[in-house]
Formats: sequence, C-alpha cells, structure tokens
Amino acid sequence: MIAELFAAGVRLFTGVQARWLGCAPDATQRIYFANHTSNLDFLVLWSVLPANAQRKTRPVAAMDYWRGGRIRFYLADHVFRGVLIERKKVTRSNNPMHQLIAVLEGGESLIIFPEGGRTTETEMRPFKSGLYHLGKAMPNVDLVPVYLDNANRVLPKGEFLPIPFLCSVNFGSPLRLLPDESKDAFLTRARAAVGAMAKS
Amino acid sequence: MKLPSFDPQMEVLVTGVFVLLLVASITGFVLKKTVKSERGQEVVLNLNARINAWWVMIFIFFLAMATGGIGSVILFGFTSFLALREYITLTPTHRADHRALFWALFIITPLQYALIGVRNDGLAIIMIPVYAYLFVPIRNVIAGDCQDFLARSAKIQWGLMVCVYFVSYAPALLLLHIPGREGQNGKLLYFLVCVAQMSDVLQYVFGKCFGRYKIAPTISPNKTIEGFVGGVSGAVVIGAGLYWITPFNPWQAALMALIIALMGFYGGLVMSAIKRDRGVKDYGVTIPGHGGIMDRIDSLCFAAPVFFHLTRYFFT
Repeated sequence: MIAELFAAGVRLFTGVQARWLGCAPDATQRIYFANHTSNLDFLVLWSVLPANAQRKTRPVAAMDYWRGGRIRFYLADHVFRGVLIERKKVTRSNNPMHQLIAVLEGGESLIIFPEGGRTTETEMRPFKSGLYHLGKAMPNVDLVPVYLDNANRVLPKGEFLPIPFLCSVNFGSPLRLLPDESKDAFLTRARAAVGAMAKS
Repeated sequence: MKLPSFDPQMEVLVTGVFVLLLVASITGFVLKKTVKSERGQEVVLNLNARINAWWVMIFIFFLAMATGGIGSVILFGFTSFLALREYITLTPTHRADHRALFWALFIITPLQYALIGVRNDGLAIIMIPVYAYLFVPIRNVIAGDCQDFLARSAKIQWGLMVCVYFVSYAPALLLLHIPGREGQNGKLLYFLVCVAQMSDVLQYVFGKCFGRYKIAPTISPNKTIEGFVGGVSGAVVIGAGLYWITPFNPWQAALMALIIALMGFYGGLVMSAIKRDRGVKDYGVTIPGHGGIMDRIDSLCFAAPVFFHLTRYFFT
C-alpha cells in the first residue's frame, strides 16, 4: 500500500516512461539487472512494473546503506521488501548468494545493480560476479537487462532534493548463461546488453 | 457557494468549440473507415489521437475558465511547470546545476504565478527577467563549477523565460483594466488561446491536404508554405470573427490575430530548432498524438507576451 503510493508518486514526479523493447510487461519470474546512478533507481524501475509483477519483485540492496537510519531501514525492509545483503564483511556464513537464491527458489523476481554501487561517471563500471553466479544457480530464470535513462539526473549522488527530470526505463531481451560461457565473457556480454538499451 | 458559471457570450463560445470538436471527431471517424493506404491510416490514427486529446484539453481549459481567475492561474502555472520539466530534460544540464534547477522549478515558477494570483503585475513583469536572471548565475557560482558556466546559466535563464515568464502572460491578461469591460478579460484569454491554437491546427490541416513546398526544411520539415498561408489566413478570419468578445473592432481583431499567428509560427520554429539540435521529434509523450506539453504551447509562449503588451498599450 505504502509502496504503491511511493510508486505512483515517482511515476507522477518523473513522468517515467517504460519501454518494453525486448520482453513483455508481465509477472514472469526474472532477474532485472540495471545501471546504477541514484538511490531512486530501484524505485523508478519497480514503479513501472505491472501490479502483479510488483508484488513478487524484490530489490536487492546494500545492508550498510539501508541500515543507516530507522526510516531508511523501514522503507527498505518493510515497504519494498528489499533483500538486504552484506557487501562489506562477506563471510562464508552470510554469503549474499544464499539469500538471493532462496528468494528466487521461492518464485520471486529480483532487481539488482551489478555495478555494486552508484557511479557518478557516465560510463558503467565493470559488473560484479553476482549476476553470473545467479545465472549459473538458476538457469531457468530470465536475466533482463534494463537501462535507466535520466534517473541519475533526478537525484545525483550527494544531493537530497530531487529534480523531476523525465525518465525512461528501457527493458531489453532476456539473457541466459550459455553452456561453458566463462564468467568474464558473460559479465561483459551482460554489461553490453544494458549499454545497448541506452541508445534505444 | 456560487457555482462556476459563464456569461452568455462565453456560453456561445463553449458551444462553438463543442460543435467544432464534434465535427472533427465525426470527420476523424469517417476518415478511419474510408482511408485504406497504410501511410494514410497512420496519419488518421494520429489525427484521431490528437482530436481525442483536444477534448480533454478543452475540458480542462473551460473548467479553469469557469472557476474564474484563480483556475486559469493554476492551469497555466502547472502547464509552465510541466513545460520547464520537458525543457530541462532535453537540455544537457550539468550536475552542478542541480540546486539552480530546483529553485527554477519549485520556487521561481510557483512564485511567478503567485504574483499573478495576487494581482501584483508590477513585480510579475520583472521578477524573472531581473531577479531570477541574476539569481541563476549566482546560485551556479555558489555551486563552484566553472565548466561551461555561461552556457549552463543561459540555458536555465532561457528555459525560465520561455516556459514560465512568457506563458504567464496568458493568465496575466486577466489583470488588465480595460475601461467598460471589467470582469470580462477571460474572453481575451480565450481569444489568444483560440487564435494561437486554431492557427496551429489549420497549418497542420492545410499542410496535410495541400502542402507541397517546405517553408523551413532545415528546422521543421513538416511545415509547408501552403500550411503557413492557410493556417495564418484562417486564424485571421477566426480572429476577426471573434471581435465581438474583445475590446477590438473587426479590423483590430484581425490584425491582433495576424500577430498572434505569426508569433506562434515563429515560436513553433524556435522550439523545433531546439528539438532538432537535440535529435528528438517531440518534447515528451504527455499528450497522446501531440507529443509533449511544450509541443502544444510553443506558439502560445511567443504570442502571449506580444498580445498582452499590444492590448495593454492600446486598449487600457
């Protein structure tokens, strides 16, 4: 309920336009992976999903940031049902992969940002390996590249007042890990797939 | 509470627009059934989307008019906000412009319309060209980044002038004191909007029906000489025909309509030049068939201030 209000607010504020270029707007189980430049990114992406997909799509977020304040934590944990993962002190027992795979095995979809943090440059950073491990562990789940256009201008890193630039969310064609594709080859291909959506 | 209402003249105007739109919708329906070619169907589809959007826009416009001055101020204020949002989305702004843009959208824009709402036309006429103009580069200097400084500040200043200041001249018409016509300035606003928009519509219709020679091929390839001549002369006829709702006689009304149509034409070209430079066709997707808000009001932006000042100089 609160989440839907946030989504409606974001849609109104940013006039966000969803372009489903490579897949249909439905509730198919997917891992949406996108470029990351602003704290609003997951909200912008989530807000354009159809209602039945929203209910079963959870953003993956950094524990250290979203644990930072009570309201922040409430929003991340309760409102958006974020999957909060450890990115600083990863040990064998708190390996985020187990959490994510458990969510996927429960039939839910994920939103992840494989750059591992927000960038201020226009170029995307190299992707972290998590996406590869997810693709390997869950070979039947579609990996959908998504490019968030202009979201970085709405709330750049270090700013707290948002500007309502018109955003668009471009969804590309689903990828799967190819048989005997190496980790680096796959991550390069995935990053290029997000980049290709930037120009469409 | 007094229910919103119109005087008898306004009722005629509302009925007129309603009949016109009804004719347009029926024409669109007939065309949809008769046009067979694929390209023709595409044009008809876009035409019908435009007509449907017109119903909505006209409804909102008359609703605002019916609530008197404040409704028009809010309507145009909101229009300015949306137009400025489209403009800055298209303009390559810099990270260091963030705070200045926030001020432009959330402080300066509402302030301009608040000034018109409280009938402070003296301040409304200089607030953006003087104070906002000074403020924008100062805020950018505080942000401490001098890369492309002049271009960045100028883009924000220009956006404020076109999207906010010029548009605000339309509701500012309600502040004019024309002897013997107290409380009737809504019809002046109607005259401006009707002539500017009908000029656009007729340029489109004449261009689609008879257009052969491009008038500005490097700026706006869809505009033709035939469309321009048909649209502007049509707008002049409509303007002259509406003289009875204005303080003008038929000849003055025709001349005013000519100036509105010409300024509107150049407004459309200027805003097209920006789009073309940025490599896009429309400012947005807000209005189905038309594009963005800015695509619909570009002619009004340029016509409103000139119409306001001519009326103020000669008729108040």
